[in-house]
Amino acid sequence: MDALRITHVEGTALPMRGEDVDTDRIMPARFLRAVTFEGLEQHVFEDERSGSVAGDRAKEQHPFDNPQYAGASILLVNRNFGCGSSREHAPQGLRRWGIRAVVGESFSEIFFGNSVMIGLPCVTVSPDELHELMERVEERPSAVLRIDLTAGTCEIDGFTCAIGLPAAARDALVTGAWDTTGLLLARYEEVNAVAATLPYVAGF
Amino acid sequence: MGKTLLQKVWDAHAVRILPTGQTQLFIGLHLIHEVTTPQAFDALRARGWKVSRPDRTFGTVDHIVPTRERNRPFLDLLAEDMITALEKNCHDFGIRLAGLGDDRQGIVHVIGPELGLTQPGMTIACGDSHTSTHGAFGAVAFGIGTSQVRDVLASQCLAIEPLKVRRIKVDGVLPRGVYAKDVILAIIQKLGVGGGVGYAYEYAGSAIDRMSMDERMTICNMSIEGGARVGYVNPDQTTFDYLKGRPFAPEGEAFERAKAWWASMASDADARYDDEVVIRAEELTPLVTWGVNPGQSIGVGGRIPSVDASLPDQQAVADALAYMGLEGGKPIAGMRVDVAFIGSCTNSRLSDLREAARIVKGRHVAPHVKGLVVPGSVAVKRAAEREGLDEIFRTAGFEWRDAGCSMCLGMNPDKLVGDQVCATSSNRNFKGRQGSPTGRTLLMSPAMVAAAAVAGEVVDVRELSAEVAAGAI
Repeated sequence: MDALRITHVEGTALPMRGEDVDTDRIMPARFLRAVTFEGLEQHVFEDERSGSVAGDRAKEQHPFDNPQYAGASILLVNRNFGCGSSREHAPQGLRRWGIRAVVGESFSEIFFGNSVMIGLPCVTVSPDELHELMERVEERPSAVLRIDLTAGTCEIDGFTCAIGLPAAARDALVTGAWDTTGLLLARYEEVNAVAATLPYVAGF
Repeated sequence: MGKTLLQKVWDAHAVRILPTGQTQLFIGLHLIHEVTTPQAFDALRARGWKVSRPDRTFGTVDHIVPTRERNRPFLDLLAEDMITALEKNCHDFGIRLAGLGDDRQGIVHVIGPELGLTQPGMTIACGDSHTSTHGAFGAVAFGIGTSQVRDVLASQCLAIEPLKVRRIKVDGVLPRGVYAKDVILAIIQKLGVGGGVGYAYEYAGSAIDRMSMDERMTICNMSIEGGARVGYVNPDQTTFDYLKGRPFAPEGEAFERAKAWWASMASDADARYDDEVVIRAEELTPLVTWGVNPGQSIGVGGRIPSVDASLPDQQAVADALAYMGLEGGKPIAGMRVDVAFIGSCTNSRLSDLREAARIVKGRHVAPHVKGLVVPGSVAVKRAAEREGLDEIFRTAGFEWRDAGCSMCLGMNPDKLVGDQVCATSSNRNFKGRQGSPTGRTLLMSPAMVAAAAVAGEVVDVRELSAEVAAGAI
C-alpha cells in the first residue's frame, strides 16, 4: 500500500474558470464507447477546445490548449466542478492527461468520490483564495503549487492557504487505502452477517 | 427522537466503520449496464475475484443500444463490442441479464421498478447518476463510478460517507398543465444545481403524497441535477399497490410481511432534518430551460434573463446565452425547435406517453420538426401499443422507436446535428449533451415537448390542452 500513498502533490497549475463544469463537458459521451479507459486523455474537453466548432467560435483560447500551461499537473476550478453524469471517464481522462490534483471551490459528490478512488485528490479552498491562486498562476504560469495533504495546506510563491478535504478521503489518500475493494473484502463474514438480518435478502 | 428513512436504511445496512472513517454499506441491489461496467469486470479478472452476490445483481442494455434496426451484429461495431462484453461478463460471472431481445430489456431505471426488483428500505447502486430514481420507492439509491462498480461487484458493499437530509415539502394541488417534471425543475431552480451536495433529498408534502409512482420517479430521478446524490419518497400505500404482483415482488403472506417492514422504514413523524424547504404547488407553472444547466429555467410565459451586472455569477448567464444563441429579455415562448424527443429515464413511462399522446392526438408534428418517441422499456412499449398510443404518435408524424436511453445522451445514432434545438423530456441540457457538440437542449415535461412538436416552437401546453379539454379537436 506504500506505493499508493499520496501525501503531497507538486507542480505547475492550470486555471479553468467557470461554475458547474459538468462531466459531459470534461468527457463527451461518445468517448465512453469503449471497453477500456485507455486513450481518454486525448478527449478531455474535446468539444470546446481548438479544432472543435465551439472552440473555434470562442473568443478565448481554452486553458487546456494554452501552451503556457503545458505540463501542468494541478487543475484549478470554481464551484460544483464535475457535476452531472457519474462517468468515471471524466477523472480518468484528466488523470491520464497529467492532472494529479484538483483545487476548487467545491465538487460534485460523485466526481469527488470517483477521483479519490483513482488516487486523484480534489481539495477545496475558499472562493477568495481560489481567486488569488488563479491570478497568481495566470500571472506566472511557471509558478509551482505545493499541496500538502497531511498538513492540509497549499502554497504558491509564498502565499499559503488551508485546504479542505474530508478526513476519510484524506486518510485514504495518505495511507494508500484509496483502492477500497481490498478493505471491503477484508472482513467479509461481517457482510454476510448484515445481509442475514435484512428481511428482503431472505425473501421475507 | 425519531429517525429519517435514510438513517434507518443506513443503520440496517452498515457493516462497519472502515479505518478511513467511511461506512461500509451493504448494497441490496446492484443494477448494471453496458457502459460503466467493462473496466470493472476486467479489474475483477485481473485480481482473480468473483462477483460476491450475483443473486443481488441484475443487468440490462440501454445506453448504447440502437432504437431501430436491432439485428445483430449491429451496424455500430463499437456498440456491438460493448453489448458483447456485457453478455460475456454476465455469462462468466453468473449474473441475470435482460439483454437485447429479452421482454424485460429497457432503461435500467425503468426496468428495476417495473420488475419489482426495486423495493422500499433497500440500498441500491448502479453506475449511472440517475440511480436516484429508485428512491421513489423509499430505497436509498446511489449513482456510482466504475471503480465503485468494481467494489460492489467484488464485495456487494460501498465505502461511503453519511449524508445529511433535507426535507422538501411540496404542499397543495398542482395547477392544470403542471407536471412532476415542473416540480423538480422548480426545486432545482430554487436550490441550485449544487445546492444538494452533501444531502439526500426527502420529498414530502400533500402534492407528493398524491403522486403516482411514475411521477415520484420523475422527481427522484433529477435529484442529482440539484446536486443531491440521493433522493427519496417515503413508501406508502401507492408504493405497495404498485409493487403487488410484480415479477420480483414477494407474494402472498410474504408480501404482507414485506409491507409491514417497508412501512416501518418510512421516516418517523418526529424525525429531525438537517434542513427543510417548503414549496407551494399552486404557485408552479410549466417550466422550460433556457440555458446550459437544469437550474437555468423559466416559466413558459417568462422572459429569458439578461446579464445584470448588479447580480453575482453573470458570467454563467452570458456564457449560457451565447451558447444557446439567445437574446436576454425576449420571451422563451415562440423559440423555434428542430427536434422533439420524448423519452429517457426521467419521462419515458406509460403515463408520460399517455399524456404526450393526449396532446398530439388529431394533430401533426410541424413540418420542420423531427419527432421521436422512445419508450423506456419493452414493457412500456408493448403496453402503449395495446392502448394504440403508437398509432397516435405515428399518425401525428412521430417516429416510434425501441427502448433505450437514445437522444438523452446521444451514445447511439440518435443525436442532434449541428446547432439544432431540441425540446426534450430528458434531464440534462448541458453543452453537447445530446450528441452534437453545439446542439441546444430545452428541458420540459413530456406534454410540453408534445406541444412544442406540434407548434414547431416553444408553446404553453395549457393553451393546447384547453382545446383538448373543450373537445375542440
